Amino acid sequence: MIEFQLDTVSGVATYLQLVQQVHDALRLGLLEPGDKLPTAQQVVAKLAINPNTVLKAYRDLEREGLVRGRPGQGTFVIRSLPGTDPVTQRRFLAAMTDLLRSARSAGLGPDDIEAIYRTAVRGSFAEGVA
Amino acid sequence: MTAVIEARGLGKRYGRRWALADCTLAVPAGRVVGLVGPNGAGKTTLLQLAAGLLAPTSGAITVLGHHPGGSPAQLSRVGFVAQDSPLYAGLSVAGHLRMGAWLNPGWDTEYAARRIRQLGLDLRQRAGSLSGGQRAQLALILAAAKRPELLLLDEPVASLDPLARREFLQGLMETVAEHGASVVLSSHLIADVERVCDFLIVLTASHVRAAGETEALLASHHRLSGPYRDPGTLPASWEVIEESHTGKQSVLLVRTDDPVLDPAWTDRPVSLEDLILAYLRQPGSGTGAGRPGLEVAS
Repeated sequence: MIEFQLDTVSGVATYLQLVQQVHDALRLGLLEPGDKLPTAQQVVAKLAINPNTVLKAYRDLEREGLVRGRPGQGTFVIRSLPGTDPVTQRRFLAAMTDLLRSARSAGLGPDDIEAIYRTAVRGSFAEGVA
Repeated sequence: MTAVIEARGLGKRYGRRWALADCTLAVPAGRVVGLVGPNGAGKTTLLQLAAGLLAPTSGAITVLGHHPGGSPAQLSRVGFVAQDSPLYAGLSVAGHLRMGAWLNPGWDTEYAARRIRQLGLDLRQRAGSLSGGQRAQLALILAAAKRPELLLLDEPVASLDPLARREFLQGLMETVAEHGASVVLSSHLIADVERVCDFLIVLTASHVRAAGETEALLASHHRLSGPYRDPGTLPASWEVIEESHTGKQSVLLVRTDDPVLDPAWTDRPVSLEDLILAYLRQPGSGTGAGRPGLEVAS
């Protein structure tokens, strides 16, 4: 089952963080059709956030057609998001994790890393288009 | 949508001092409401008026559609935890639960027993020897086990360390998810309010300065910066909460429901913390500029 995390410094609305984490898990194949999302009560017991926030995130996901709430049973994934080949994804996730670990031990903070990441993404995808 | 609390021109005076004045607001059901403001702003007075512990000097307040504290039925629909989680120091945890069951017709024995078990509280221990966090949790259980439709909590986490605070909020949110009760809690801690509340009431110097859904409040407040502008020439529909002008630049915190179309302004979103602090810094809000009276860090 997906374990939600909360980033309180990012300034991103809490419900959007939950939606984003489900998107990511779907894209990476960590969540698949048929999987159950934690109940609002389970999420708030862990994160100490407002249950309405969880319900709002689930409503958004439902509107996108990604999950469906079944009364009395919970909320289930009904569609996956198109990802690339899972083996390729895992290989790059592992490589990225190693890279981030070394960046961290070199003294780079999250802001530095994000700035570098954004710049690199812009750079490499611009190359692809040109 | 029915209001859990509705106040019109509500005021409470002690001698010559108005602890709360001209308070008009409507709190919809199903919200977790954060009541914020400096000490002495009137937060406790408002909560006690809602609990029926105080009678208004002027105006009117209805809670769940009725006169607060007007009947035993009304009392059973509202749970109130006063500041510093009052308990009987010499009475055991089990004794508190027995008392709760005896005094409250709708007492949920299963809920109370389960929460006590989850927290690992010893039933034989006297309340006086519990830690601050455990006392706060026990007071919450006593208020929530009567299954109220509205929970009023006066500074429930003020005296707790960060871990106990987080655990208290986890327990509170779990209870809200389970029972679907509305909650009004006063707090000095903006980070906590930001985390759990979806409705905000800002109270300073006995007056309500802002009240509304958190998201709507955030959407209607704008941090604007641009070339210097004579404050007298700003649109009439803007309520300027905060402004600073240097020779070349004006920086404003503005409340407006209209979109800001003038390209001269750079419009940045406002965080809940910015918004609350701006109201607290307003002249006449009863706090010194350098002493906002609220803790920002978690």
